[in-house]
Amino acid sequence: MHELPITQSLLKIALDHAEKADAKRITDLHIVMGELASMVDDSIQFYWEIIAKDTIAEKATLHFRRIPAELQCMTCFHKYHPTDRELVCPQCHGVGAKVIAGEEFALESIDVE
Amino acid sequence: MSQNIPIVENILNANDRLAQENRTRIDSAGVFSINIMASPGAGKTSLIEKTLPLLKGKLRVATIDGDIATSIDADRAAAAGANAAIQINTGGDCHLDAVMLRGALEQLDLTQFDLLIVENVGNLVCPANFKLGTHKTVLVASIPEGDDKPYKYPGTYRGVDALVINKVDLLPYVEFRMDYFERGVQVLNPGVTTFPLSCRTGEGLDIWVNWLIENSKK
Repeated sequence: MHELPITQSLLKIALDHAEKADAKRITDLHIVMGELASMVDDSIQFYWEIIAKDTIAEKATLHFRRIPAELQCMTCFHKYHPTDRELVCPQCHGVGAKVIAGEEFALESIDVE
Repeated sequence: MSQNIPIVENILNANDRLAQENRTRIDSAGVFSINIMASPGAGKTSLIEKTLPLLKGKLRVATIDGDIATSIDADRAAAAGANAAIQINTGGDCHLDAVMLRGALEQLDLTQFDLLIVENVGNLVCPANFKLGTHKTVLVASIPEGDDKPYKYPGTYRGVDALVINKVDLLPYVEFRMDYFERGVQVLNPGVTTFPLSCRTGEGLDIWVNWLIENSKK
């Protein structure tokens, strides 16, 4: 449900940058989204079609670049992808990990005309 | 002609900036503030209700309660002894954000309080994404929810500063592997301050209350 305010924020950032560049139309948005960011791209797409209407971003395509989660064990420094049911290090079973990737949620760039 | 404009802006930047303004405002009044998050029914309001009488005469407390509708929670906080209780109705939003908190802060003379307790909307996903500007985030987990919650909601468990484990009096009656639960927590959030307690029996509440008092007097 939090995708609505997030989509509004996305639109605002894109429009601000397009305006600065004197663009007539935004054609593409490149979004980076980590596995741990708790965002649903279908929901963002759904809200996008409603809120981008009647703006210069109306016909823009949303591209999502997904980044898998990656943890690093702070005991043996092994890097691993956590599974649904187990988060501990698969190598040494150590607890206490640093999230290296997977929390990203940013607008990387836009294509304009 | 098509042109690519590099941006790399965190999509929640606008909220984060406002949260920073909220923090400045809270700091300048010298108030310690917490944001309590949990799933519905974990015991956020019960925790506040049981905590307030134990702070009586020690801290002046303001509460801000976020809910989709009703003022039930603010009424409960006021009845339990909050020096001020503000209700935010989000009108459908599943979380509080920094704008909503700003609106509520404007209704309070913050200099009159030592502790500000913000109770977020019951939800284990969305509130974690929206910083409010409080000093600490507190997650209330509860035994009947099950021991797999850190695994299912890593974003929320990872970001919090303190973890209350409520309803420990139900441990004998519920399948709950504390070691599995704690392992998940420790991977995501090593060394997080944890308070196992029961709002019903009062067990463990004193340690939680002391933590609030110590932080409020810093």
